[in-house]
Amino acid sequence: MTSEDRAPVDFGFGEEEEMLRDLARKFLDERIPVETLRQLVAPSPVPVYEQGEPPAWDRSVWEDLVELGWAGLAVEEKEGGAGVSMVGIAALVEEVGRHALPSPLLACLACSLVLRSADSEVARRRLGQIAQGTPAALAITPGDGSWEPERSDIQARRVAGELTLDGTAHFVQDALKADFFVVTARLNDKLLLCTLPADAPGLSVEQNHIHDLTRDQATLRFRQVRVSPSSVVTDDGAEVLRRAWPSLLVLASADLCGSSEWQLQATVEYAKNRKQFDRPLGFFQAVKHPLVNAMVEIDRARSLLYHAASCIDAASVEAEKASRMAKSAASDAGAFISDRSVQLHGGIGFTWESDVHIFFKRSLHGQVLWGDGIHHRKKLAEILIDRDG
Amino acid sequence: MAASPSSPEQNDFREYARRWLQENAPPPPPERLPMSPLEIMTVGQRNYLQDWQGQCHAAGLIGCDYPQSYGGGGHTNFQPIANQELGHARVPFMINIVGLSMAAPTILKHGSEEQKRRFIPGALSGGEIWCQGFSEPGAGSDMANQQTMAVAEGDNWIVNGHKVWTTLGHFARWMILIARTSRHHKYDGLTYFLAPIAGHPGVTVRPLVKMTGESGFNEVLFEDAVIPDSHRLDDIGKGWAVAMTTLTYERGAAESAGGTGGQSSDPAQGLIELARETQRNGLCAAADPVTRDALMQRVIAMEGLRQSARRARVPGLCDHPMRLPLQQKLLSSENHQANARLGVEIAGAASTLYKLDPNAPRQGYWPLSYMASYGNTIAAGTNEIQRNILGERVLGLAKSK
Repeated sequence: MTSEDRAPVDFGFGEEEEMLRDLARKFLDERIPVETLRQLVAPSPVPVYEQGEPPAWDRSVWEDLVELGWAGLAVEEKEGGAGVSMVGIAALVEEVGRHALPSPLLACLACSLVLRSADSEVARRRLGQIAQGTPAALAITPGDGSWEPERSDIQARRVAGELTLDGTAHFVQDALKADFFVVTARLNDKLLLCTLPADAPGLSVEQNHIHDLTRDQATLRFRQVRVSPSSVVTDDGAEVLRRAWPSLLVLASADLCGSSEWQLQATVEYAKNRKQFDRPLGFFQAVKHPLVNAMVEIDRARSLLYHAASCIDAASVEAEKASRMAKSAASDAGAFISDRSVQLHGGIGFTWESDVHIFFKRSLHGQVLWGDGIHHRKKLAEILIDRDG
Repeated sequence: MAASPSSPEQNDFREYARRWLQENAPPPPPERLPMSPLEIMTVGQRNYLQDWQGQCHAAGLIGCDYPQSYGGGGHTNFQPIANQELGHARVPFMINIVGLSMAAPTILKHGSEEQKRRFIPGALSGGEIWCQGFSEPGAGSDMANQQTMAVAEGDNWIVNGHKVWTTLGHFARWMILIARTSRHHKYDGLTYFLAPIAGHPGVTVRPLVKMTGESGFNEVLFEDAVIPDSHRLDDIGKGWAVAMTTLTYERGAAESAGGTGGQSSDPAQGLIELARETQRNGLCAAADPVTRDALMQRVIAMEGLRQSARRARVPGLCDHPMRLPLQQKLLSSENHQANARLGVEIAGAASTLYKLDPNAPRQGYWPLSYMASYGNTIAAGTNEIQRNILGERVLGLAKSK
């Protein structure tokens, strides 16, 4: 339905974006190959699942990423970042997903994309901090996980010139890695957007016990948390979030496309090497054809992902539609290849010692994050059937 | 495609094509046209469509990127633009589908200079209709199992055999034909010919009737038919390799010599309109959440197809050069089928009505289109064969035979 958007025919994927992507692939191949990942995050189910410890991550990899400038990918150069296009960010995040990298990177990118859509001095200062490697996380989701930007379960009050927050932010991604949070709160009929240090008095960060071993998640409880005037980004948070929303969907879709491609290739490798009835599994069409179907779904999602990213770069009105299409397709492709990756690996695919469960869980988490396929098709129908009619 | 290529010549050409199509849209046909070139049944339909293709060719919208000496325009990368504009303009389709998307590109690649000058201009103008003689009763998915024999006799070949599912055979001047010239080698025993059909001694064309009740395809019998050796394309025994060129174009993995036209540029939009017009239990079908979800799935699939065509031209975003092109036939045919199937579901009880029933919505388009869609999921190598090809050539899985 994108008859005329202003995005370039090659999505704006040029030499610079390709170099960045190739560099990311090389770096992550070296630093976090799948064997290293498994030893890091899944030595046994005991620490995370039984003892409730936070999932592990390698801080030294993160420090090197900061050195490479990745923390500031979505921060403009004049604020100390790299100012990379959304298409370039999508390409890099695909590699992050392909390696199921545990790090504060996605949360930092998400915060940067929100802050940069708010044109304010406070936002610029925080963007500079993120670019220098201060990890941040977005605390903008209500308890029903409705994925509507204007919703918040936090109430802001201004009493005698003092601004305080009470309430709860749910499903905060990579909260335990963050030094500060980007928070939304209801203020009269407005939505306040502000930043708060992770150790702010009255703020408690309660780790969620989650399935995914490659990120963390928390519930943030606010009890009379004071917000200094220098931490208020805007009181038009709903509009800021609405503008940034397509780019959040692109981040989540890119991560899913990357993890899906890993799942596809790992399952293809297994189907080439594992023999039954004296034949490699891939000889059998009951194995071959579903893998082709998964490839086709992943390719659809990737094409829609780059379309959405290029719409954002071109500031096209198509960006919302395109990003909802991308997330719907990426969630569904992720669900399909996750299903087949376990099933076609057979008995071994059902075990803890196999790698496939690590990606299965990261994908399952990513499929619902910022809305699954059903959610985005519902929102898309409101645009294409109700509004455009 | 979402945006236009940037060279000034291409922009000028797009402007020209758009204007020409606006000013020269043909008058309504004297009799109703079928949905695609696969169901052309009457001489009246043929004459009208042949005339239209001739006009488009003369205007430079067909064969744009072919050399002028073969009846083309001598340009580079103009054809995709012409194809897009033909699609947008909602003008009738090109009749010579086999000539444009299979015969011309195959002859251009494998033909002698004389063959290119003799055969390509008529394929582009539509003056000479082409058909395809690949399938046989015993050679469907196993296409190399050809039993039609061509035996050398002096400067001629004597051909005996039986071809089936021959679209446009009843109007064809020529056929791209694979025949067996040696029984000793399954693949290397095949040779490719440009066979005369209409009025040729020893060639009989009989109509076959499709499940829709329409004809438009045929069986063709060769009984001691004589084909001069000058109509052999490429070397003796090279027929399989030449046929692979044809199939690459037929499956849409490479650009054809001319757009098909005649298709609404957005079938998903047509489904949304159908849902808005359809009442069920006093409510609009477009308000039903399940229908809305199904509609959006179609919208997303169609947009995905367009964006994949765009991404296929960005090498840095393609892991394997054939990964997207080889999906083209599979996806376009299955999307068409799923779109039509959803149209049937939304139309509901009214989808029971045949096209001649006065109450049939859009003259029975959805159920007829749904049934006709199996032509494309079966032809050009069934979609099961397409999945084998993708699994083996792109993913590198073991061959299933």
